[in-house]
Amino acid sequence: MTTYIIRRLIGAVIMLLIVSMVTFAIFFLVPRLAGATPESLASRYAGRTATAETQKLIADRLGFNDPLVVQYGRFVKGLVAGSEFDTGASIEQCPAPCFGYSYITQQPVWPDLVDRSRVTLSLAVGAAAIWVFAGVAAGVVSALRRGSFFDRAAMGIALAGVSLPVFFTGMISLVFFSYSLGLTAPGGTYVDFTVNPAQWAYSLILPWITLAFLFAAGYARLTRAGMLETMNEDYVRTARAKGLPERTVVVKHGLRGALTPIVTIFGLDFGLLLGGAVLTESTFSLNGLGKYAIDAITNNDLPKVMGVTLLAAVFVVVANLIVDLLYAVVDPRVRLS
Amino acid sequence: MTTPKDTAPVSDAPGSAAAPGEGAARQGEPLLSVRDLQKHFPVTKGLLQRQVGAVKAVDGVTFDVYPGETLGLVGESGCGKTTTGRLITRLLEPTGGSVAFEGRDITHMSQGHLRPLRRDMQMIFQDPYSSLNPRHTVGTIVGAPFRIQGIETEHGVKKAVQEILALVGLNPEHYNRYPHEFSGGQRQRIGIARTLALKPKLIIADEPVSALDVSIQAQVVNLLEDLQNELNLTYVVIAHDLSVVRHISDRVAVMYLGKVVEIADRKSLYGAPMHPYTNALLSAVPIPDPKGRAGRDRIRLTGDVPSPLNPPPACRFHTRCWKAQEVCKQQEPPLVELATGHKVACHFPENAPAQKADAAV
Amino acid sequence: MSVGNGGSAGHLAVRDLSIHFPTDDGLVRAVDGLSFTLERGKTLGIVGESGSGKSVTSLGILGLHKGGHARISGEIWLDGEELVSASADAVRKLRGKKMAMIFQDPLSAMHPYYTVGHQIVEAYRIHNQVSKAAARRHAIDMLGRVGIPEPAQRVDNYPHEFSGGMRQRAMIAMALSCDPELLIADEPTTALDVTVQAQILDLMRDLQREFDSALIIITHDLGVVAELSDDILVMYGGKCIEYGTADDVFYRPEHPYTWGLLGSMPRLDRAPTERLLPIKGSPPSLINVPPGCAFHPRCPYEERTEGRASTEVPGLLETEGGHLVRCHLPREERRAIWENDVKPMLETT
Repeated sequence: MTTYIIRRLIGAVIMLLIVSMVTFAIFFLVPRLAGATPESLASRYAGRTATAETQKLIADRLGFNDPLVVQYGRFVKGLVAGSEFDTGASIEQCPAPCFGYSYITQQPVWPDLVDRSRVTLSLAVGAAAIWVFAGVAAGVVSALRRGSFFDRAAMGIALAGVSLPVFFTGMISLVFFSYSLGLTAPGGTYVDFTVNPAQWAYSLILPWITLAFLFAAGYARLTRAGMLETMNEDYVRTARAKGLPERTVVVKHGLRGALTPIVTIFGLDFGLLLGGAVLTESTFSLNGLGKYAIDAITNNDLPKVMGVTLLAAVFVVVANLIVDLLYAVVDPRVRLS
Repeated sequence: MTTPKDTAPVSDAPGSAAAPGEGAARQGEPLLSVRDLQKHFPVTKGLLQRQVGAVKAVDGVTFDVYPGETLGLVGESGCGKTTTGRLITRLLEPTGGSVAFEGRDITHMSQGHLRPLRRDMQMIFQDPYSSLNPRHTVGTIVGAPFRIQGIETEHGVKKAVQEILALVGLNPEHYNRYPHEFSGGQRQRIGIARTLALKPKLIIADEPVSALDVSIQAQVVNLLEDLQNELNLTYVVIAHDLSVVRHISDRVAVMYLGKVVEIADRKSLYGAPMHPYTNALLSAVPIPDPKGRAGRDRIRLTGDVPSPLNPPPACRFHTRCWKAQEVCKQQEPPLVELATGHKVACHFPENAPAQKADAAV
Repeated sequence: MSVGNGGSAGHLAVRDLSIHFPTDDGLVRAVDGLSFTLERGKTLGIVGESGSGKSVTSLGILGLHKGGHARISGEIWLDGEELVSASADAVRKLRGKKMAMIFQDPLSAMHPYYTVGHQIVEAYRIHNQVSKAAARRHAIDMLGRVGIPEPAQRVDNYPHEFSGGMRQRAMIAMALSCDPELLIADEPTTALDVTVQAQILDLMRDLQREFDSALIIITHDLGVVAELSDDILVMYGGKCIEYGTADDVFYRPEHPYTWGLLGSMPRLDRAPTERLLPIKGSPPSLINVPPGCAFHPRCPYEERTEGRASTEVPGLLETEGGHLVRCHLPREERRAIWENDVKPMLETT
């Protein structure tokens, strides 16, 4: 078991290293291969109005003329130990973990990322709770009443959930529930959990449901398929033969057996979502990581884009690691290998 | 048609003295010769996936199969009988030892060189449900060997296939049907038909009847015997059912944890088994005779077969053997011939001629 | 055999039990008019091939078809209670407590995610108001009684950490944990090696004596049946075609199908025969059971019935002292065929 954990941890570290290299390569190397000069790269840091001299100066100071390995080394050092940026006028500190420094806003990226993460995390946690509960419950009932009206209706709604884009369902529900009925908060009203938990939930309930609708569908189908399989397993028949009440048979024996793929997909979905629910955040004007990324791209603020990308990748890798460890908890047979 | 079985009929019916497999069948060169065959599956552990051991699935198996005879390979799960079958047909790569077919060493022959030999050596599998491609018609399945081997047939592949279907007792008009339209027994006949397409010399049958109903088992066993007589086939039958193996085999090899512990013609093996394990196996078979259950003197082994990952040292059976002495834990007994054609690997064999048993200790 | 008497006849009395499943392809008559009785301490062997309805019968007695699509009729009396008309919940409360079951493949029959001990404790506590600690002590005690070494340690193992034989022992411990009056074993040794099979059969015989339960053993293996059974019921196409004591069925069988089963089987206790004597054709699918006598398309004596075999379902009639046979052939003719034709063929060639 310890070997299993250590092996997964090492795997995750190697994965993060590779991710950082690839991210670095995309943002520093690929433009260069596409014909960009150090000066033209520097222009992105200096802003659109900078003169040619300023660009050259910044390119030198930022080390864009150094060999690639040196640049990557500096980048990793910044992540681990922090670094300093010479903007010409002053030397700006970027404490560890330095995910980059935006010359446009004249600020390190990391504090922004932390701030925005709170919104995205709030959105993701609430939505996940809803979609897991609703999706799994609908899947279980569908499987137990295969072919019934409920089954067909639930699977039809599930299909709609997968096919309808968030900006469509989000807009419709905003117009209906918020502006017409006044039941929910309008877009762009986020209250932090630490300020007022009730307000927090009220401000997020509509985005939660909208986002959950998209995901619940997949979970319902996955759960239904898994339950159809496990409810036919011999061990479920044994559970019934023991005289267990049907509810215990379904939940403790059937659902438990179907849980493994759900845990896997959930880890990946959740990790991915933490990197920013771009469409949902935009639709509901929530200042999360997704909206941050969109804004950064619009402003051509490369350090911010790269910071978000790297953080999103970290979330996915960590989520993967947690899934691997959960595997061993869910399925004792994994612990052997 | 004269076959070894015709000249030396299965003759250990009551009153017959001659052992089957002896005489005509044993004359001449063996068709298949297996020497010290080994298959070790590596076991890795730890961070670096170091190899910490090996599952010695097959660990030094030696036997010959003569043209026209049937060798039965019996043993419990984990004894290596199925692995042995796959090594012979080179579905698995042997770790050590050699396999010779008609005198040619095929142990490390490349797949390209093996292909023509595959015509002569075919395999029948246990599960008639999963071993047939559900998307192919019976005609395609049985005709596939012709196409793969590029064989010209006199009246076309279809005619040849239909002849084989008739041979195994299927309706030739069912040429265009799919496997799911057949019952389990009929599917096993399709599997057999497929192996017969190229008129092989040797057929390795891995549990050919164990997935079938009792009444169907008997049909397939009879079919295998008829085909052997008609086509002069040689069989290696791998099975766990000792009654079926006795019925179908001329000679029988008993395996335990990767080794052959006893090999003999069927009459000696079932009539006067020498290895304690063989005795225990035979005594464990439930007998369909309600009166017999009271009077039988049973040998009851305790525990399960040890893991082949970590088999007991020296004689591998000593942990479950009631005759085991110190020597059994120290020294591995060699497989020696104690009576004509009857080899056993045991320090204290039963039913052995006295002087030879002494020599073996 | 006391079918037709009151509900008290026999500890378990099954009367005219039918279990039919409506499907898109038609009505599957998995069990059709089955009757038998069984006393405590006695063993009934139910023999049949795939699709004979033997496993459906066992699940039906346990009430596991209740609430599904099955149409169940007839009566099942267990210790004075009728189960077919009882509510699903009433039968559930008897399951595991008064009647328990052992399945064929102990690896798939135990939940892979829970320890062996947990699964026994679960079975025990659902019917007994005891603390977890007491239930655990009981589980360890049961594991010890079925011959598992170091039960106090093994109780925390998962099923995959047990060997096949140990798993089946644990399964038996689970089934016996509430001291059931009726134990049904469906192919309990089919998945096991022959030396382990012998151990399990010994264990079941010993435990049955100790617990004094009624035992139904369902199998295709006539050897296993002969080892354990007092009475034997042979099923074909959802119906009982022969019923009698073990001696009746093995030494005086009167149904051509029973003869066929005996002839299909190579036997270690007899000199080897030159050829096996199989039954032609395949067992029928339950969705399409042949009309008349279900066995008539495979029966070598079918033409002796002057066409009745394919039109008329033969009754299950007593031939002698509780020995029942469902066959159109007259009793004398059956006996003559057995004595003169079949029996000599089975014994020599």
